[in-house]
Amino acid sequence: MTLNQLTAHEVVNLIKKKKITAYEVMQDIFNQIDKVDNLIKAFLVINREEALKQAKEIDVKVKNGEELPPLAGVAVAIKDIIATQGTETTCGSKILKGFIPPYNATVINRLKEAGAIIIGKTNMDEFAMGSSTENSAFGPTHNPWDLERVPGGSSGGSAAAVAANETFVALGTDTGGSVRQPASLCGMVGLKPTYGRVSRYGLIAYASSLDQAGPITKDVVDCALVMNAISGHDNMDSTSLNLEVPDYLKSCKAGIKDLKIGVPKEYFIKGIDLEVKDALNRALKMFEKLGARVEEVSLPHTEYSLPTYYLIATAEASSNLARYDGVQYGYRAEECKDLSSMYRKTRSEGFGSEVNRRIMLGTYALSSGYYDAYYLKAQKVRTLIKEDFDKAFSKYDILVTPVSPTPAFKLNEKVSDPLTMYLSDIYTIPINLAGIPAISINCGYSKSNLPIGLQIIGKHFSEETILRAAFNFEQNNDVGKRKPSIKPAKHKEAAE
Amino acid sequence: MKEEVVIGLEIHIQLMTKAKIFCQCSTDYIGKEPNTNTCPVCLGLPGSLPVLNKKVLEFAVRTSVALNCKINQVSRFHRKNYFYPDLPKAYQISQYDTPLGINGYMEISLPERKEKRKIRITRVHIEEDAGKLVHEGDITSSSYSLADYNRCGIPLAEIVTEPDFRSPEEAQIFLVKLRSIVQHLGVCDGNMEEGSMRCDANVSLRDAKTSALGIKVEIKNVNSFKAVKKALQFEVHRQKKLLAEGEKIIQETRHWDESKNITISMRSKEEAHDYRYFPEPDLLPLRVSQEIIEEIRKKLPELPEARRKRFIKDYKIPEYDAEILTSSKALGDYYEKSASSYYNRKVLSNWIMGELIRYLNEEKIGIEDSPVSPEKLVGMLKLMDEGVISGKMAKGIFEKMCKTGKDASQIVKESGITQITDEEELFKVIDKVIKENLKSVDDFNQGKEKALNYLVGQVMRYTKGRAKPDFVFEAIKQRIKK
Repeated sequence: MTLNQLTAHEVVNLIKKKKITAYEVMQDIFNQIDKVDNLIKAFLVINREEALKQAKEIDVKVKNGEELPPLAGVAVAIKDIIATQGTETTCGSKILKGFIPPYNATVINRLKEAGAIIIGKTNMDEFAMGSSTENSAFGPTHNPWDLERVPGGSSGGSAAAVAANETFVALGTDTGGSVRQPASLCGMVGLKPTYGRVSRYGLIAYASSLDQAGPITKDVVDCALVMNAISGHDNMDSTSLNLEVPDYLKSCKAGIKDLKIGVPKEYFIKGIDLEVKDALNRALKMFEKLGARVEEVSLPHTEYSLPTYYLIATAEASSNLARYDGVQYGYRAEECKDLSSMYRKTRSEGFGSEVNRRIMLGTYALSSGYYDAYYLKAQKVRTLIKEDFDKAFSKYDILVTPVSPTPAFKLNEKVSDPLTMYLSDIYTIPINLAGIPAISINCGYSKSNLPIGLQIIGKHFSEETILRAAFNFEQNNDVGKRKPSIKPAKHKEAAE
Repeated sequence: MKEEVVIGLEIHIQLMTKAKIFCQCSTDYIGKEPNTNTCPVCLGLPGSLPVLNKKVLEFAVRTSVALNCKINQVSRFHRKNYFYPDLPKAYQISQYDTPLGINGYMEISLPERKEKRKIRITRVHIEEDAGKLVHEGDITSSSYSLADYNRCGIPLAEIVTEPDFRSPEEAQIFLVKLRSIVQHLGVCDGNMEEGSMRCDANVSLRDAKTSALGIKVEIKNVNSFKAVKKALQFEVHRQKKLLAEGEKIIQETRHWDESKNITISMRSKEEAHDYRYFPEPDLLPLRVSQEIIEEIRKKLPELPEARRKRFIKDYKIPEYDAEILTSSKALGDYYEKSASSYYNRKVLSNWIMGELIRYLNEEKIGIEDSPVSPEKLVGMLKLMDEGVISGKMAKGIFEKMCKTGKDASQIVKESGITQITDEEELFKVIDKVIKENLKSVDDFNQGKEKALNYLVGQVMRYTKGRAKPDFVFEAIKQRIKK
């Protein structure tokens, strides 16, 4: 086994024990990137020199016997929607090409303080709008399990990079499932924290009331480690809660005997893949075997989640993305005869079609005369959806659902049909609307060897509980942990 | 039809907190190198987030309370969306359906009609200021615009009145008083020329009989107290003329052109922005507890109204004087400082309201930068009381004090223009004048009182004004009286 295949906690322990150096780990990571990223295309920017330099600094610390921070030497890939000082940050969009933030997102500073090494920026659907990473202005990312398939999205570059062992850990952002769905489609662990648990400062906004950054990792322990590093109040974000952060690593290791699990019946809709359904049922049996109690629960407003999300998220996006006007930074169209043509040309040329579609939808929803019927009504339904969850959590500790109705789909399969594409987030969107945490972990594979994910949902600030449930499940998951083979498709090989 | 003028005002005041509204940048932006007084937050860079400066809330509550508003204990911020290059986020964080203060009022006195009027305040809300565009030449001829974001994020309070003004003069009186209030509160320096206080107005005419509302026109860019009156007068006249000619008034926004003294159409109702207001998701609802409101209310400083009353009571000056002296905080401070060391408060107010303000207005100097300090003014008045200089001399000396900043005694010493206090010396001159004007002496004795004034004048002429006129008057009278 090569170093890049290890988990973050294994790497940290080996470095601490002086079995390996941070530098050789980092070299191995870059070897792997060199080897596979031309197939995966997970990265937009790679910080090789800086990362190797930082790895050496860790090794000096080891040599000097200094105490190492919890993520010392761990390679982390960052979704390109998170601001990194001095490193281009594009949100997968032409309109931000060349934009170099003069500041770090709070999560970046916290990861660095924890000893992590930022190795590069990962591909994504433009401004996090999409479920396949096909909406990137810089081309799609490929799923390491089957290069013909999408890695999910919008944090597809982050999930694919972790799955392909190009990094140990990645950060994604999740507005409607963008951490959990790609983690699921790539067979990794992905967590969307409670809204307000992790600072949004420096996370370039798509939909401010839904966005949260979260880790994509190879296992639950790594997820807890990263959560320990990035969680907690930030003076720079008024919506981050000033609440003590527990030690997630510690809390995930307790048992789950008598844990009450609700399974929302509304989530077993038409269109759910049979293999996904089977995998979920097997997982529920496993939970029962571990001492949990499983019952059916109802979340009656589930069917309104998708329209509610597509009004609120697009309304906020229409305002958040208005600043990309060609004035201060990023792309500006050439040969504009006046201010309004500069705005129009810059934005038509700079944004891709999905982003333009959502901006128009959101602008419409907020327009005078339509606000009450769309945006305001959506906010009311959002409250009802939240109340569904509150009610469920008065009886159950966690809810368990699929992450995505199907395993990874083929590239171009859904591009021309946005509504079908939107359906791939149907299980993850209600969680963002309610502001609660959820984790996605692998619970099996399809016959064609594609990972299938399981979503564990908790109440506000119950990351401890969902991590504990996920950890227990992971330890006893009987389907085994496979690794993707990353093989170019046969016909392509023939062509080459 | 007899029309009645209906005017409402919207006033923006820059709150004088140390830091900007949503970041740590300084509010001291005037005269700074463009785009140096900025950070990722006020530049609206992607990923940055606003965090409310609590001091802004305190200042706005203070303002609302002073304007007798009810404070919404929970209010919230909204985004006002529009594209303009001076607005880096393409939305302004403002307040919309739940402003901080509502339903207030302010009383103004209308001097000519000796009447008091209650002007209702619709709302007071908090928002952020935008940047500025700079053009080579002017906006119409320049081929490009430069953006300066130093002003972005300066905290503003917007004060909106009901359409309660019946004339441009009333609107102006209100503005002057409002400025004095915010100055006394210490929340704004009220400098309209520098833009720390800005005013837009709604003007319409309505049928005085039926009270049917007229079409409303919004006037922007009125940047001085004088301009407010002039712009409103122009607009009222324009609307009256249109109606008289049987034309219709259209709902529009008009721009006051200070150089041409006219209002110019900017945009009609059809072109009006749809601001797509929605609650700002990056900020939590604004909560102000009743205790905090009460604490702020208790700590309110003395406001112009109370100060005016105190001036009348303590300094025994007429209401008119007190009104003027409290029309700005600095003027009131100047008066009080001088009154603390000078007994004749009315003489003092005459000098301040007369000579001093005339000079400052001519030179466009604020009272806070007056070359004649309260101490120097009092010094001069004391020289007068001691008879060192006459009232007539004082005017010349005061002028010199204004121009040179020197104090009165220094000027007197340098030019030797003291009043003649030596009576013997004066009697000599008087006797000489009597001898040379025996005709006038006769005239006086035959009942022509004016002849005495002539003789006094002659003495003043010989002494180059250095004699004490009432002393000379009595002395001549004694000598020539039969």
